[in-house]
Amino acid sequence: MSSADVTGDRHIQEPDPAKGDLAPEREGPRDTGMDDASLHRWLERTWRTPSGIFGALSSVDHKVIARRYLITAFVFLCLGGLNAVAMRIQLSGPQRGLIGPDLYNQLFTMHGVTMMFLFAVPIVQATGIYLVPLMVGTRNIAFPRLNAFSYWIYVSGGAFAWVSFALNMAPDVGWFAYVPLSGPEFASGKRADVWAQMITYTEVSSLAVAVATIVTVFKQRAPGMSLDKIPLYVWAMLVTSFVVVFAMPAVMITSTFLILDRLVGTHIFNPAEGGDALLFQHLFWFFGHPEVYIIFLPATGMVSSIIPAFARRPTFGHLGLVLSLFAVGLLSFGLWVHHMFATGLPKLGASFFTASSMMIAIPNGVQIFCWLATLWDGRPVIRTPLLFVFGFFFIFVIGGLTGVMLASVPLDLQVHDTYFVVAHFHYVLIGGSVFPLLGAAYFWFPKISGRMMSERLGRWHFWLAFIGFNAAFFPMHLVGLWGMPRRVYTYPAELGWGNINLFISAGALLFFLSFVLFTFNLVHGALKGTSAGNNPWDAGTLEWATSSPPPSYNFARIPVVTHIEPLWAEREALPVATGLRVDARELLISTVAEAYPDIREKSATPSIWPLLAALAVGGTFLYSIFTPWAIVWGAAPIAITLIGWFWPKGDPEDQE
Amino acid sequence: MKRLAFMALAPFCVLLLQGCAGWQSALDPKGPAAGELAWLIWFFTALCAVVWVLVMIALAAPLVMRSRPGDEPLLLNAGAERRKMRVVVSAVGLTAIILIGLTLLSFFANRTLAAIGSDAALTIRVTGHQWWWEVRYENATPSRILTTANEVHIPAGEPVRLLLTSTDVIHSFWIPSLAGKLDLIPGHMNVLDIKADKPGVYRGQCAEFCGAQHANMGTFIIAEPRSKFDAWLNDQLQPAGAPASGEAKAGADLFLKRPCVMCHRIGGTPAGGTVAPDLTHIASRKTLAAGTLTMSRGNLAAWIADPQGIKPGSHMPVADLNGDELNAIVAYLEGLK
Repeated sequence: MSSADVTGDRHIQEPDPAKGDLAPEREGPRDTGMDDASLHRWLERTWRTPSGIFGALSSVDHKVIARRYLITAFVFLCLGGLNAVAMRIQLSGPQRGLIGPDLYNQLFTMHGVTMMFLFAVPIVQATGIYLVPLMVGTRNIAFPRLNAFSYWIYVSGGAFAWVSFALNMAPDVGWFAYVPLSGPEFASGKRADVWAQMITYTEVSSLAVAVATIVTVFKQRAPGMSLDKIPLYVWAMLVTSFVVVFAMPAVMITSTFLILDRLVGTHIFNPAEGGDALLFQHLFWFFGHPEVYIIFLPATGMVSSIIPAFARRPTFGHLGLVLSLFAVGLLSFGLWVHHMFATGLPKLGASFFTASSMMIAIPNGVQIFCWLATLWDGRPVIRTPLLFVFGFFFIFVIGGLTGVMLASVPLDLQVHDTYFVVAHFHYVLIGGSVFPLLGAAYFWFPKISGRMMSERLGRWHFWLAFIGFNAAFFPMHLVGLWGMPRRVYTYPAELGWGNINLFISAGALLFFLSFVLFTFNLVHGALKGTSAGNNPWDAGTLEWATSSPPPSYNFARIPVVTHIEPLWAEREALPVATGLRVDARELLISTVAEAYPDIREKSATPSIWPLLAALAVGGTFLYSIFTPWAIVWGAAPIAITLIGWFWPKGDPEDQE
Repeated sequence: MKRLAFMALAPFCVLLLQGCAGWQSALDPKGPAAGELAWLIWFFTALCAVVWVLVMIALAAPLVMRSRPGDEPLLLNAGAERRKMRVVVSAVGLTAIILIGLTLLSFFANRTLAAIGSDAALTIRVTGHQWWWEVRYENATPSRILTTANEVHIPAGEPVRLLLTSTDVIHSFWIPSLAGKLDLIPGHMNVLDIKADKPGVYRGQCAEFCGAQHANMGTFIIAEPRSKFDAWLNDQLQPAGAPASGEAKAGADLFLKRPCVMCHRIGGTPAGGTVAPDLTHIASRKTLAAGTLTMSRGNLAAWIADPQGIKPGSHMPVADLNGDELNAIVAYLEGLK
């Protein structure tokens, strides 16, 4: 570690050798005073991902990892969408015989598991992996190898689930896999084990990303980016990461207890032996409710990034929005029982959870009102990203209000586990997260690819998605109130749900087609889109200060932040800090609150070990659905790969 | 674009008009609990609709507003910001007041619901099984305890107490037109009080995913005037009648020789299995296989001949019967009124 002798402000200063704790002759060249061309050559040589397949597999560049994450999550979105289309065809009429219960139960379980664990959480985290380091003005995410490791674990978990599905052994117990249905007595075969272990893969990977994100936000912010100047998107990712850190262990315990019951013969959830089936639900929903906010909070960050760019002003009520994020993150841990009102809990206790569930609507309301107030400055520039934000308001507010209905204990008893709830959570998750994500895709695609997506196709995409979504999901409220429970593979004709279900299926197909159009627009934009330039929307945050796509080192010189929207405050040129080495991967570490430049720190170089470690860990998880001894046999390869990963490199820093 | 949006909304209105059809609808209450809940649903819906429309107006407003002069994003009008702050703070305050009101409303509705069954005279234990309902009328006199399946007869106009539990996985008992749902959880006992205002047949089905045949786990509440209910109960307490014809007699013998007897009970015969529905008066029920088929000679035969085709995954095995044997058993069961 070297103490920082980085200079802030606009003055470029020669490094003072006396301040470093290494002998000056061992110090490599620094960026101070270097001309732009040679600076670029140096940094590119130092930071680039090595070429070739081996190089690609060793990459630790946050942008490369994030791109892989985004593409993989998009593939899983399409697969989960195909699950949904198959289900909607089966449900388009009463007593259809296209899909039997055995396959249908796998389909809806895979749909839920894929959308929650393989699409929604990974894609919001991936967006963070890409954007957070750029927005805080650093060169790579913290713990880049851990980040690479998380991707490999995620991919192997996803492949594990989908290969199981191809082998007709996908979980068929629903995405929350209640015991005893998923327990040893009623779920024979390996299907429920696949559910339990797939959770473990994805939780490990998202915990790793959360830790990396938190450290990046706390310690790697550009000089001057004190707490009051952190962009809202970064705040959202920070709060989300903390929610991940506190929520995910609960579900890992749940799935591990389940595996123990199934594989080792414990009776944790077995009422006949003094266990309790309801314990599973408490543990699961203690994770499950925050999970919704893990998906939703990053989307609020995206909305907070898109609105100012098109309303042409900073967000109204910045402090209120930040505090709302914290309030939502905190309160999200106090609502889990509203998923369990029908289990017959004591009425007074349940009423407290009505109150807490209602309460979370207040910070969410604050967010909505602040965004609306931001837009009230006059005609916003209507481009595709903002259209999707408008769609977000339209849909998410409905979902939020039906959420208020579900919070009421007595009302919930009529609609719980019906299509009303299916409608509600699709309004919340698609409206609250997918629409902002689609807006974000149009908004940041130019940064990632260097090209623009088609605005005309974008508008078509929006209207198709908007109409398709509402046609598919709005009638579900009704059919739920008419008595249709969720998770039924068919229904009798005499209940009169046929027509409305046919309508829903048609809407679902339309919604699916909108994604086909989106895919076309993505590919078309990547190949033929017009060149974007650094800042096509004239937005104010740091990611727009660098080229599109950004170079491997993100910023040639670390920017110094003077305002919450630095690019609007410094129209001419951003002030920069210099003094970092260019021949080694060096980051500027700053203080947590004020973001004073503090020390220079090494950032990890590319390595194949994260991949090998992920293979060892993933193999152990896979093996462990067959025998508990997998933990013992798997420990050896995991230990070997971790030793390889952390083997000292002979850097002077390592020798201290 | 706006026309497109209207075109998208039009079908919803048609669907709304189609209304609350059906005998399994929360919007078509037939008892005090469901009535209270339907009122609550409409009240919440109306209030939420108003809130939503207000938010949409606030969202649409900037589209027709005049733009702020100048193109400098950081140059804000301090007066306008203060006015906005006042609007936002009042909106948040209003939200909080509405939410407190709704919380209280839901709390008092809960108390109303809890008061419905306080004087219930009849207690019925409903046990969930994969994928049927065991219905037991509790009584202090053991000979007056009745066990039947899937159809719950109750006296109309009287509160009835249901004790809900399960012996396998979690199920949920839900008759939308009478009351909200409550789970049947192994190792737990839940209490649900219901009351039907008028005689009638009210359908419901399992509302908690319980495995392969979750979709075909229907149940019926059959509310009758007290006298008719008492007569029904007395009939049901009788053992099964003797087979009426020679064919039925043969069927009764076959029933005891074939796998049927391993799981089913028929009162007054040696058949005493309890893991499957009690068949003592099966022909008096309206449906077969938990609401999957209507009761008829043909459906009885179909269900016995091909249970896995009708209800794939159900625990009813295929009994190896030839045509004559099948007819005989059906003739016997059909006589068990």
